[in-house]
Order: sequence, then structure tokens, then C-alpha cells
Amino acid sequence: MNKKYKKVNSKFYSIKNSTNFLYNLAGKILLALVFIFNTSTFAQELDPVKGKALFNSNCAACHKLDKKMTGPALRGVEKRLYNDEGLDKEWMYSWIRNSASLIKSGDDYANKIYAEYNGSAMTAFPQLSDSEIDNILSYTAQEKAVPVVKITEVAVGNENNSNGISNEIILGAFAFVFLLLALGLFLVNKTLRRFAVESNIELPTKKISTRKPLWKAFVDNQFLLLCSAILMLLVSAYFVYGFLMQIGVNQGYEPVQPIHYSHKIHAGDNEIDCKYCHSSARVSKHSGIPSLNVCMNCHKSIYEYNGETTEEYSKEFYDAEIQKLYKAVGWDDESQEYTGETQAVKWVRIHNLPDFAYFNHAQHVSVAGIECQTCHGPVEEMEIMYQYSPLTMGWCINCHRETNVKVKDNQYYEKIHEQLSKKYGVDKLTAAQMGGLECGKCHY
Amino acid sequence: MSSNKNKKYWKNLADLNPLNNNAIESLEQKEFIEEIPVDEFLGDDKSMSESSTTRRDFLKFVGFSTAAASLAACEGPVIKSIPYVVQPEEIIPGVANYYATTIANGYDFANVLIKTREGRPIKIEKNKLAPISASANARVQASVLDLYDSFRLAKPFKNQEESSWIEFNNDTKKKLNLLRNSSKSIVFLTQTFASPSTYKLIKEFKENYPNTKHIVYDAISESAALDAYQAKYGIRGLANYDFSKSDFILSVGADILGDWQGGGFDSNYGKSRIPIKGKMSRHVHFEANMSLTGANADNRYPTNQNDQKLVLLSIYSKLFNKISEIKLSDKLTTVVNNLMSELLLSKNPVVVSGIQDFDYQSLVLEINQKLNSEAFQPNKTILTRQGNDKDVEKLIIDMNNDKVGAIIMSGVNPVYTLSNSNSFIEGLKKTELSVLFSMKNDETAQYVSYLAASPHYLESWGDAEMTKGEYSITQPTIRPIFDTKQFQEILLLWNNNSTTFHDYLKSNWKKNILSVKTWNEALHDGIYENKKSTNSRSSFISKKNNSFASISSLASAIEVKPENTFELNLYSKTGMGDGQCANNPWLQEFPDPITRTTWDNYLTISEADAKNLNLYLEPSTFFNQSKNGADGGLNGKYAIITLDDRELKVPVMIQPGQAKGTVGLSFGYGRKRGIKEVMMTGVSGYELFKGSNSVQSIKITATDEIHEFACVQLHNTLMGRGDIIKETNLEIFNTKDSNVWNPEAVVSLNHEETPVSSPSVDLWDEFDRSIGHHFNLSIDLNACTGCGACVIACHAENNVPVVGKSEIRKSRDMHWLRIDRYYSSEDSFESDDIKKDNISGLGSSLSTFKEMEDPSENPQVAFQPIMCQHCNHAPCETVCPVAATTHGRQGQNQMTYNRCVGTRYCANNCPYKVRRFNWFLYNENDEFDYHMNDDLGRMVLNPDVTVRSRGVMEKCSFCIQTTQAVILKAKVEGRPVSKGEFNDSCACSAACSSGAMRFGDINEEESPISSLIKDDRAYHLLDTVGTKPNVVYQVKVRNNKNS
Repeated sequence: MNKKYKKVNSKFYSIKNSTNFLYNLAGKILLALVFIFNTSTFAQELDPVKGKALFNSNCAACHKLDKKMTGPALRGVEKRLYNDEGLDKEWMYSWIRNSASLIKSGDDYANKIYAEYNGSAMTAFPQLSDSEIDNILSYTAQEKAVPVVKITEVAVGNENNSNGISNEIILGAFAFVFLLLALGLFLVNKTLRRFAVESNIELPTKKISTRKPLWKAFVDNQFLLLCSAILMLLVSAYFVYGFLMQIGVNQGYEPVQPIHYSHKIHAGDNEIDCKYCHSSARVSKHSGIPSLNVCMNCHKSIYEYNGETTEEYSKEFYDAEIQKLYKAVGWDDESQEYTGETQAVKWVRIHNLPDFAYFNHAQHVSVAGIECQTCHGPVEEMEIMYQYSPLTMGWCINCHRETNVKVKDNQYYEKIHEQLSKKYGVDKLTAAQMGGLECGKCHY
Repeated sequence: MSSNKNKKYWKNLADLNPLNNNAIESLEQKEFIEEIPVDEFLGDDKSMSESSTTRRDFLKFVGFSTAAASLAACEGPVIKSIPYVVQPEEIIPGVANYYATTIANGYDFANVLIKTREGRPIKIEKNKLAPISASANARVQASVLDLYDSFRLAKPFKNQEESSWIEFNNDTKKKLNLLRNSSKSIVFLTQTFASPSTYKLIKEFKENYPNTKHIVYDAISESAALDAYQAKYGIRGLANYDFSKSDFILSVGADILGDWQGGGFDSNYGKSRIPIKGKMSRHVHFEANMSLTGANADNRYPTNQNDQKLVLLSIYSKLFNKISEIKLSDKLTTVVNNLMSELLLSKNPVVVSGIQDFDYQSLVLEINQKLNSEAFQPNKTILTRQGNDKDVEKLIIDMNNDKVGAIIMSGVNPVYTLSNSNSFIEGLKKTELSVLFSMKNDETAQYVSYLAASPHYLESWGDAEMTKGEYSITQPTIRPIFDTKQFQEILLLWNNNSTTFHDYLKSNWKKNILSVKTWNEALHDGIYENKKSTNSRSSFISKKNNSFASISSLASAIEVKPENTFELNLYSKTGMGDGQCANNPWLQEFPDPITRTTWDNYLTISEADAKNLNLYLEPSTFFNQSKNGADGGLNGKYAIITLDDRELKVPVMIQPGQAKGTVGLSFGYGRKRGIKEVMMTGVSGYELFKGSNSVQSIKITATDEIHEFACVQLHNTLMGRGDIIKETNLEIFNTKDSNVWNPEAVVSLNHEETPVSSPSVDLWDEFDRSIGHHFNLSIDLNACTGCGACVIACHAENNVPVVGKSEIRKSRDMHWLRIDRYYSSEDSFESDDIKKDNISGLGSSLSTFKEMEDPSENPQVAFQPIMCQHCNHAPCETVCPVAATTHGRQGQNQMTYNRCVGTRYCANNCPYKVRRFNWFLYNENDEFDYHMNDDLGRMVLNPDVTVRSRGVMEKCSFCIQTTQAVILKAKVEGRPVSKGEFNDSCACSAACSSGAMRFGDINEEESPISSLIKDDRAYHLLDTVGTKPNVVYQVKVRNNKNS
């Protein structure tokens, strides 16, 4: 399974690279266009790519291109201000570098904007040079790109499917060939017999056996019967045991959640650290399902999905899921305010340990320094979260037997590790030797 | 309420009609209303054979449904997880938060630390910053469960109907304003708040409504002592005593380890009882009932109150060289003479008394002033009792004379606690406005027009000044669960003050109380001592004495007890106190430290009196089992007590040590309203609390009815087995070698006596226990007073289920920690040992052992807390067929519930009988209607400890969840466990305020426990068995003298 994922992943990367290449290409073409058509700013070299980077690092916290947030939407702002208000670039420079002094100076439009946004002042950026501001403005001047529906993933799916289909075809072909062979052999046999009959060769006829039939011999042989009965019982016991042992083991449990939260997008594509959201895993026995205010740290400004989509999970689908979050947390995206009407999200719990088992995340995450993926699997690739490990006691214990205690930089272990390793005559103690197999460590 | 005989309890209206008697009686006798048609069906062969369902069909159905059910069970349930929408910063799921707060319910006052998990309080712990006298007793430990009481009021009521706070506010305000200018008065009848802010609010109310009176009412009154103190020192309060400083305590009827004068003296008392450098305090006690204090005394003299008065008078006259005729019996005269010489030789002697009489309390103050011991601290005034009986008496008269317009009650339940509650009820009916602030729909609630639902103290703001100058803060630890408002909030409203009580409290503290600390610091600590408002001792010790009646007139005023009457001594029980927590199942099931009986109160009587009155039942013993029914439980006869025109039917309990001619009955039981039916246990002692006098003269008549008690200890004596509770005398302890008074057990090896600790006699190989942590618990039998705070703390920490009276009677109690109480059969345990050693031959042994089953008339008493001993060579571990109980390297005997199949071999093989079997599913089971069957009550459960199911064994775990938590915390922080960090890990040792229980890691350098286990006094329980326990006891040293 892992291998498959890796394969897919590498494909993704290559595709990503190619799209990046496409972007670059598009950007360059655009740049060329700008060069060709823009006659007034020949003196400076405008670079919307640099502008984008500057925009993301300085402006994106409060501004979006197409949507009013803490500050106004900025697409085509230069043109808009020039056309509507008759304000030139110089005004833009002074506003961006120090809006407060511009407001103070009594500038009409500056005061109007200030009042419109309830007196929240824009951060001053005195460090930005003219050319940098120009770059940003050139980025904002770009036309809105028509979203290209990517069919890449579908293609991947198809490829996968075609693989399956080709396998079936090969199998089918094999079956057909075998059938033909069998038929051929039968026909050959038939023909040979006819020849034999015709050339009067006596065919060996089957003697009617006087021996007992096999089943009767079997029944009469008490010992054999007993042995096979025992064998039958053992085999069925094996299967019954197997059936019973999987009761309550929910490996692969993949319930539908009230909000389609994609770990792939968050932990995978955006590489958000697991413990950013599951922060209590560092200090508590619970990893904790993040409260909605944690989501809003980012989703205040991320109101739409702009990543890769598939047929099943389209942009509209993801955007609707973000709206579900807004509804639950009571965020009015239009007015950028909390309404106070909240609704708790009832997630379906995936990893359920029985009440009599004590498990502490902090011990494994902070003390032992185990990656979350060791138990939870490739979460960064999971579009829908599922239970990766069996979470059985045998699984716990195997790991405790095999894993060495991480004693580096932990003074707690200094003395006890030295004494115990001397006692057991080993260099490094496993968790089991440290006492990690005692019943009372997990059951109380 | 005058006569219980004529009172008829009915379940439906038909009961009241005498014509229905027969029908109802026959219905009552039947378990099912209609006969079950067993005979019709099974008895009739024809219908059986013609029945279409054959036996084979039946088996098929059973088989099919079993298979279907088990298949259906394979499907796992869908479990939802709901995170916060906005998570409070201070809450991390899975990590406990602690808040310092204060309980001040009018009876119990204590500074505590509240452990909360995910915003819900789950346990009460000790606030180590607070003075030791304000530590939590068993009732305070249990008070967290009262928060989750399903019988709490959820909203205000008006004339017994649900109402709203808006209506309540408008109505009461309107009526109060009408009364402002009337001739009738407005009366506040409240508990002792000892709260500066509340008193300020009431003062402000008085300014607004000048015709207001504030009457403080303590259900169990200390009025006489308060009067005496007030007359002498000018403050309504009580003198303080620090018994840790005293080397000689003479108590005349003062239950100093109980609730005497506000309680809380036991911690300091316990300190002085540990022999250090050959010295410990000596405690001589006179009393009628066998109390916890008497049980702990070195010498105890069972005396009735008349004799107690005479003892006090003769000590007084001897001390002040006054010559007077005091008719003491010969025996008591020699006792008093000896005591006098000891009193004068001691460095810091102190005399205390519980006699509720102004003259005697004044006399005690004067004696202590003369003795001038450091233990006597009149300047540290105790303010937790301020009630005034005379005011209450007068109020009832005023109410009946239409002089009271409004009565506002808070924290009191007078209809239950007043002996003349009928006239109080009559008076209530005549007042125009009656308001009760209460958590329950209790006895008083049914007679008031407005019932204000109040919050629990864990949901409220508040403050308290328990002793002069020592202030404490109550802060909420949870949002109010119900629509409740506290008394102070409504007072603010009535005072037209729009601030919240929190702001009011804060500004009052900032303005009037705080000087060094900030409000946030004080709130964090929960306490604040203002040195400025404390009084100096010198100014108090020289105060002029009260003038009281002369000794001779006092002596002659002692009434001779009339013939055929008994002296009834009303007392409060350790578990139930004044009865406001009667709906708390933990406290109902808490075994009384003396009688070890749960779910009941009873008339305690001496064996001799019981025999005379025909109230004696042969106790069920080893030699004498079947006389009281087959179940072996303790039974008692019912007696009828008569006081004037009142009659009360009470069960009788034979109490060794009860003074002849006296009987005892406890308060706090017999509640009838606002509590679950199963908690309506016992009879109300308040009905006989005439004139708030705890001593009454009564008549007793025997009946033939039998009462079934639920007693957890049926065997009362040690039978001369001095190695179970080892004890010695201070003199021997100081002069002889430890192997004289604490000899190590020996066993025979090759016909040679070998000490049990020798490896050559051991069945098992030793483990190396020197690596890592190794936990031990030391229990000092000298400091342990038997108060039982540990029992409740263990209950709360470990989700121990409550099983109910009938299960307890079947010996199925679940307490992980029990405090065994033993009486001596001779005058002392020492003579028991001698008697046993002198047995020769079978005949002599049978008769002597039979004698030794009976406790003596005035026995010595010993307490011994017993929990799992965590044996290093545990007998339980070797017999478990499924290895469900195993040993950890840290010394804990671990119990794995999910592995246990319930064979109970381990319990059979345990020499200490500390294992408890879950006979039933106690949680989410309506058969056990205590607290674990409703969602609210289950909120108290500790999420770190498994709630055990039916069919598994459980026992003390040495609070492994807490020791592990300490280790895990150190690991996360990457540091070694710091010194003393384990010391409060066990709930029992953390709750112990007298220092009797000490827990810790013996491999930690300089930990108290590592020296305690090597102490000369240390011994293991039943060390002959060779179990090598990790619980160590310290030999009890008595400071007794024969006189």
C-alpha cells in the first residue's frame, strides 16, 4: 500500500513540477505582453512574480485580490484609484509607506477609506522601495486567471484503472488460451480414438475394480477418521479464533465526518505540523481534536480552496466545506465578524481505545519522540482519515519490545538507565526492559 | 411531629382509608400483584402437550436469538467527539487544573484545593498554603459529590410552583418595600457565614431597611461557649486551642476530634501524639458516649454529665484554692487528685469542656487563663460558630405574635433542626414574606412562599474569616449547573446595587482586607492573613474574668437524675455532621469510626443497661452465629424514647465504653424531604434537642422489634493478637530496647527460631528493589485519629462504587481503605495478650476465647487503617489463574481489571482481606440508585481510573494513576522526579492532615518515608506470614497511667 502511495506521490510531484513550469511559462508570456503594451513604464522593469512574493509576505494577511477582508480587495487597485478617484502612484506610495500621516494631512480619500474600515489603520511599510511597490502593483494589476480544471488526478485514476483492466484482459486472455488448449486436447484425443477404432486396435478398458471405494476405506479407517476430525476441528478453531480476534479491531475504520476535513491538504500539501492543531499531544494524554478557533487562525483568510482538485473533490466541494466551518464557528465572511452563533461539530471518533487502557500521547510524542505517522500511518496522504494501526495490545507490546527508550537529553532516565542497562548487560534498554510491559503501566 | 406512633406513612390515598386495610395489607405481602401463572402452565399436562411450541422449538429460538445477539454485538458503536468551539486557554484536555477555594456551609469550614478536569471539579484536596486547622475532614472531602446531586433545585419556586428569577426579584422587592415603613420587622435567619463581605452586605441592607434584624442560627449550637467568650473578650466567637503545643490535654466532655467548637483541632492534636525524643502529649478524657476523642485518649473515664460538672468544679476549686463541698465518688476523687498533680507539673496543660452551660464555659476560660499554657490562644478567635439560641427562641415567639413581616433564610433548615419546629411552622405561616435560599427542596422549603435555588459552594463566590485575621476566598470552579443565584447576589439586588457579587467582593477585599498581596495573589492562594487585624495574646490573656455563680451554688444546682430515666447525650457523627449532606451516598456509606456502622444512626447504650432494659441481643460471633438470623449481620432491638410528650422509636446499638445510665443519639439522620428515598435513613436527633441542649433526661421502653444494621466490622476485639496492632507504653518505649516492644516475628527453621526477614526462611527469591522508584506507605498508629478523611478521599479518587445498605450487610462493601477499630476485652490490650498467653488446654482455650470476644465495659480502643499492603511476596499474585494481578517493579501490586475473570482465589488467599469483588454492575444500574446511575452524578468520576464492571476483583492500587502521572510529568519535562513529589500521590496520605499517613519513594534520598521504614517503631502487619508488605505501620505508644 505504501509503495502504491509513493508511486502516486512521485507522479504528483512530477505533475506539480510541470504545472509550475506552465505557470512560469504563462508568467513569462504575460511579462512579455506587459513589455509590449505598457509604454509608460519602460524605464523600470516590472516583475509581477516578485510582486506576488512581496504581496504574500507583506499584504496577504489583510488583503486579497478579489475579496474584501480586513482591507479592501486589491485587484486592479492602481487602475481603479486612477479612474475613480484620480489618484496617482505617488499617492499610493505615500499611503503604503505611512497611511497615518496621509490621513492626518487631511487627504479626502485617505480619510474616507479610514472611516470605511472602522478606523483600523493600515500597517505602515516604510521599508518598501518604489520599485517594490511597483512590482506589487503590477501583480495586483494582473487579470484574474480562469481556473483551469485539472484532470491530472483523474488521469492518474484512469491509469490506475487501466492497469486493473489490462490485468483482467491478460487474465481473460490466458483463460481463453487455456480453454482453447483443453478443447484442442479433447479433440485430439477424440480423433485418436476414432483412428484406433477404425484400425481395430483394442483399447484398454477400465477394469471394474473390486477394491473398496476410497470413501468407504476412509470411513472404515478409524484412526484416519479421528485424525481428520481433529484436523478439521483445529482448522475451524483457527478460523473461529481469527474471526473472534478481529472483533473490536477497527483497523481501516474510515467514517464519514460532519466536515470533510482533508489531512492530505493540510498536513500533506501545506505541510502543517501535526502538533500545530493537535497541540495537546505534546503535554497531555489526549492528542485533542482542535477546537474551531484553531481552524480560524488560518481560515479567517483562507476562505476558498485553490489547490489541486479532482472530479470527486472539486473546488466547489471544498469551498462548501469551509463554509460549514464558518457556520459552526459563527463567522460571517462578508462582514468579517463573529456572529456569536456557534454550533459544536460532532466529529466521529476514529481511534477508540477501551476505557481500561491508559494511553498517553505526550509520553510517545514528547518523551519518546515518535513520529505521529508511526501509529497513525501516512496521514499526510489521507484525504479521509482512517485508522491505520490495529490498536491491539499485541501491537502495543511488540513496539515496546522492539523500541529503545530515548534517553538522550532526558535527565529523568540518567540514573535508572545506567543502573538497569548494567543489570541487563545491554547498551540500550527497550521500553519493555524499562518496565513498559507491566500491566499496571497501562491498566488502572 | 409530636408522636411517631400515631403517624401514618402512606404511599397512595387508599392507604389512608381504614376500610381498605385488608386489601392493602394483602397486596403489600405479595411481591407480584397477580399470581404468576407457573402452576397453570407447568402443572397442566394437557396444555403442555398441546402447546404448539415444543421443547426443540424453544431451544432453537434460544439458540437463534443468542447467535443473533452475539452477532449484533460485533458491530461497534459510533462514538462522537465534540471539541470546544473556542477552547479556553487554561484548559488542556487530559490535564487537571487546580483552584484554591473555601467551603463555608455554616457547619464545615475549610480551605481546599479543587482538582478539575475539563472544567468539572472531581476531587477536593488539601490547600497546603492554608493553616492546618482548616484542612478538609471526611464531609468536606465528600462535598464535591453534593455538587452533582440530582435532587438540587434547578430554578426558583414561588408557592411550590416553578417560577423565574425575574418574578422572584420583582415580588420580593415589592414586598420588602411595603414592609420598609411597617412596624413589623424583616429578619435574616442565616447560618454562620463568617464572611466579611456578606456581613457588609447585610449591614448595607439594614441601612436601607432599618427594621431589619440578623439572627445567626447554628443547627448544633455552641451558644453557651459563645456567650461565655463574648462576655469575657467582647467578640462573639470561640477561644482557640493549639493542641500541638500542649503536653497535657484534659478534656471534660469535649469531642475535640469531632465537631466540638467548630472542629478542625484534630490535625494539631495528631502532631502532639507522635513520640519525638521520648515525649508526647498525654490526653485524659471524661465523657458519656464513646467518641472518637475518647477512643484516642490515653485514659478515658466514662462519666455522665453530672460527674463531668463535678470534676470540672473540683479541678477549679483546687486550682484556685477554694474550699467547697463537692460530692465526688471515691474513684473520681482519686482520679482528680492525680490529675491535679499532673496538671501542675505539666508545662503546657490545657483544659477543655463541651458542657453547654455559660457558667462552666466561663470557668474553663478562667482555668486556662490561670494555667497560661501556650496551647490556649483566646486571641485567635474562632469565628465559625456565631449562632445565638436566645435570639432564635425570641424570633419564634415574635413570629407567632405577628411581629415579623418578612423572614429571609439562608443556609439553614430550621424545620428539620429545631426541636420546636411546629411553632416555627406556625410562625412562618403568619409572616407575609418568607424566603429560603436552599440547594434542595428540603423540610423548610415546603412552608416558604419563595424558594430561591442557591448554587453549591463550588459554583459561588464568597469569603470567610474563620479565625480572626485569617481570611479565605471562595471562588467558583465550574459554571452554575442550574439556574441558581446565590444569597449575596440577591442581597445586592435588594440593596439597589448593580455590581456583580464578584466585583463587590473584589472591591471590598481591596479596600478593607488586602494590604500586602494583590487580589489575584490572594485568589490564587485562597487565603490571606492580615497581621493587622489579629489580636495580641498578651492583651487577651489578661482579660477580666466573667462573673458567674459560685462553686457551691453550681455544685448544689446539679440536679440528681430522677429514677428510671437516662441521660441522653446528643452528638454529631463524623460522617453526617449536622445532616445537610444527608443525600451524599459516600457519607451514608461511610462507616462510623466507632461503631463501624453505615446507613444508620442508633441509640448507643451500655451492655449493662441494655440487659436491664431487655434490649440486649446476643451478638453474632464465631461461637454464637445463628441466633440473629442466617445472614450473620448485626441486629439491634428497637426502643421507644420518651421525652415529655415526644416519642421516638430508635434501634439500639450496644456501645462498649458508654457510661452507665447514659445513652447517645446522633444528629443528622431522619431527613424526610429533598433527598432520595434510599438516603432517608435513621431518626432525627433534633427532635429531642429541646432548648438546644445536647443533654436530655429521657425514658426508655424496650420493644421486641428487630432492626437490621449494616455494620462492616462484626468482630470487635483483637483476641489478644498483639502483633496486629503492636502497642506499648511511653515508659517502656523510652526505657527499653525496641525488640522488647517491637519484636520481630520468628519462625522455626530446623528447630531453630529464625527471624522472618531472614532469606533462608523465605519461599521466594528476593528481587533487587534498589533501582528506580519503590513506593512505601507508612501509617503512624499514634497520629491516626480514625477520622476517615482518607476513606472518602480514596472513594473520590478511585471511583469506588457505593453499594447500599443491604449489600453492606452482606459484607459486600467496596471500600478500598477501611479503618479497623478494635476494643480490648480486658481493661487494656496488654492484659488481653497476657490472658491469651495464659491459656492452657482445649477447655480453657474455648472458654477464654469466647470471653475474649466480648469487649470490656470501658475498653481501650485502637484504630488501624488497612488497605492493600502491596506485598513484595504477594500471596494473591501466585494464585491468580489468569495473571490478572501482578507485581510492578515500583512495588505496586497491580490489578488488571480487563484480565480478571473473577475466580476470587486472590481474595481467599489475601491475609489482610483487602480485595473487593464487584458482585454487580454498580454504574449505570438503577438498582444502585446512588450517583453512578445518572449523568450528573457520574460527572464526579475520575477519568484516569477505570470504572470497574461486574465480576472483577478490585483493590487499592497505591493510586498508581497519580504516581504514574508524577513520573510521566517528569519525563515530559526531561528532569528527575524532584524531592517529595511523590509524597502526596496517594489520595489517602494526601488527605491525612494529622501526618499519620506518609507515602513516598524509599529509593529517594532523604525522603521521609525512607527513614520511617527503618524507624524503631516500624513493623509489618502479620509479618509472620512473610509477605513483605510495602505498607509499614508504626507501633502505637500510649501515654497512659493507672489511676
